[in-house]
Amino acid sequence: MTATDREGLRAAGVKREAGGRLVLDGVDLAPPPGATVGLIGPNGSGKSTLLRIMAGVLAPHAGTVTLDGRTLAETGRRTVARRVAVVDQHAVTQVELSVLDVVRLGRIPHRRAWSAAGPEDEEAVREALERTGLADHAGQSWHTLSGGERQRVQIARALAQRPRELLLDEPTNHLDIQHQLELLALVAALPVTAVIALHDLNLAAMFCDRITVMAHGKVVAAGTPSEVLTRELIAEVYRVRAVVTDDGPDGRPSVRFLPGAPLGSLPGSQSEPLPGSQSGDAPPAATTAAPPGTGR
Amino acid sequence: MTAPAPAPSRPRKTPPPRATGVRVLRDGLLWTGGAALLVLSVAVAVTIGPARISVPDVWSTVGAHLGLGESRLTPIRDGIIWNLRMPRTLLAAVCGAGLAVCGTVMQSLLRNPLADPFVLGVSSGASTGAVAVVVLGVGGGAVSVSAGAFLGALCSFALVLLLSHTLGGTTDRVVLSGVAAMQLFSALTSFVVMTAADAEQTRGVLFWLLGSLSGVGWSDVWVCAAVLAVALLVCLGHARTLDAFVFGQEAAASLGVHVGRTRLVLLCTTALLTAALVSSAGAIGFVGLVLPHAARALTGSGHRRLLPVTALAGAVFLVWVDTLARTVLDPQEVPVGVVTALIGVPAFVLVLYRTRRNP
Repeated sequence: MTATDREGLRAAGVKREAGGRLVLDGVDLAPPPGATVGLIGPNGSGKSTLLRIMAGVLAPHAGTVTLDGRTLAETGRRTVARRVAVVDQHAVTQVELSVLDVVRLGRIPHRRAWSAAGPEDEEAVREALERTGLADHAGQSWHTLSGGERQRVQIARALAQRPRELLLDEPTNHLDIQHQLELLALVAALPVTAVIALHDLNLAAMFCDRITVMAHGKVVAAGTPSEVLTRELIAEVYRVRAVVTDDGPDGRPSVRFLPGAPLGSLPGSQSEPLPGSQSGDAPPAATTAAPPGTGR
Repeated sequence: MTAPAPAPSRPRKTPPPRATGVRVLRDGLLWTGGAALLVLSVAVAVTIGPARISVPDVWSTVGAHLGLGESRLTPIRDGIIWNLRMPRTLLAAVCGAGLAVCGTVMQSLLRNPLADPFVLGVSSGASTGAVAVVVLGVGGGAVSVSAGAFLGALCSFALVLLLSHTLGGTTDRVVLSGVAAMQLFSALTSFVVMTAADAEQTRGVLFWLLGSLSGVGWSDVWVCAAVLAVALLVCLGHARTLDAFVFGQEAAASLGVHVGRTRLVLLCTTALLTAALVSSAGAIGFVGLVLPHAARALTGSGHRRLLPVTALAGAVFLVWVDTLARTVLDPQEVPVGVVTALIGVPAFVLVLYRTRRNP
């Protein structure tokens, strides 16, 4: 183990029990600094719990989460909040407040109890608004925003924390496809280490540098999108049939789902052509949009 | 690199973020204006009543009692100002400020626009305590009515905390436990009054249950003002932390807030303050519920600005409501809680109507 191995936010052997069931059963996650890591897996596989534990909001029952080699408990909640920011799938409030008010919340961990906001706070807020394209909407009421705009405001709030690690729990869940793409492009371009729990495998393939797959509270696969997203893995983890081709943007994998049970449980289906398994060859279904190399 | 995302889909005319200097100036005006309004309200409210007294009379008396020159009034008129109306008006201000602050903190902390000292059962506990002393003679005369109310409030609050903790400790559990405690203590109070009290005692208890500032003295003012000062300092110290609760406890935790500790400190502070106020002035309803909503409409949601403004607004509000309560049916006196509800309900509806949102 070298010094760089201990840098950043890491989960090691994390376990968490709920209702007599292991929600997390010895999970390791070590996002490389600056990378965008996708966390995928079926409902109830433990993605959200893992993110909450890595944010320090929930304590692990066993194992550790460390920030630069020190556990979150040793580091202290406020110091953690200055480094690690969280965006949830759905932020709800009844309080009347503006976009600017929400983004300013991000400065709370940086301010002392009695002090007013200083120039550094104002600067961080301004920068966060600009980076998320919200500078002209600072005065707008939160309640007049659409779902996509609200998530963008939450990301601006997270950026105002000036984090080095950003944890996002299904941030695109309630958004239409345009806003999903927009939001993930924004996150992937940020100069932070991002861990994003996602449901959509194609979005994960498109925007993540690495993907970690969880099932039943365990990590079952981890690596680059093309290493991880295979027909076999999808059949095993999600119990669905899929075709995986490498004609996504930049030659990334592209997943198409098929009706019916996965191959293993359907006798006789082995004879079907499996384009995904012949990576490198010209895929038979060349109807899909972008040829490799066109980028996003 | 990705181009900046396009502008939000529904642009509308919105004011640009206010410059810090302008905000500071506006806050200063709001606070000095509010404080001046409060002083003026107290001075004018003291002059209103059966005995004719002018504002200069009030200044003169107050000056004399603070050791600045001689009072030019007869001892009786001086007594009316200094021993009757002054403590009563000041206690109204303290109670209004305290109840409004309690309501603000509880609403923000529990993320429930209906939370206030009464919903959390504190005032019901206080009334049971008082009734136990007045009607049942608990304490054998060694315990005053105020002390009984104070102990009752603390018992009720302890029950709420214990219940909500046992039931899972989530925000809605706290509110539901409060409602349960409120019902329980109201029932106990009614039971005691129905079975044990005579007509005279019933009348006294009823008056007290509805809240009344009649017959308060300087000692009530000092005790309540001291508790209010401490509680206000604690709450202002947590202003930044209270802001963090706007998107819920977990969001607050991810912003570096120790949620459990903060909640315990602030709920205990507000419960103690409520207990002190209720033991002096009875259960004055609606101030803690309505004033925070009105103040939020004025200042926005940031607690550094909201808490002082709420306190000032509550103080001014209750000074005038109490003046109305003691003069409107002169020489009869209406319980102040009745007037707060009669004025508060339409005001509440108006505030909610103005801040309603299209679904």
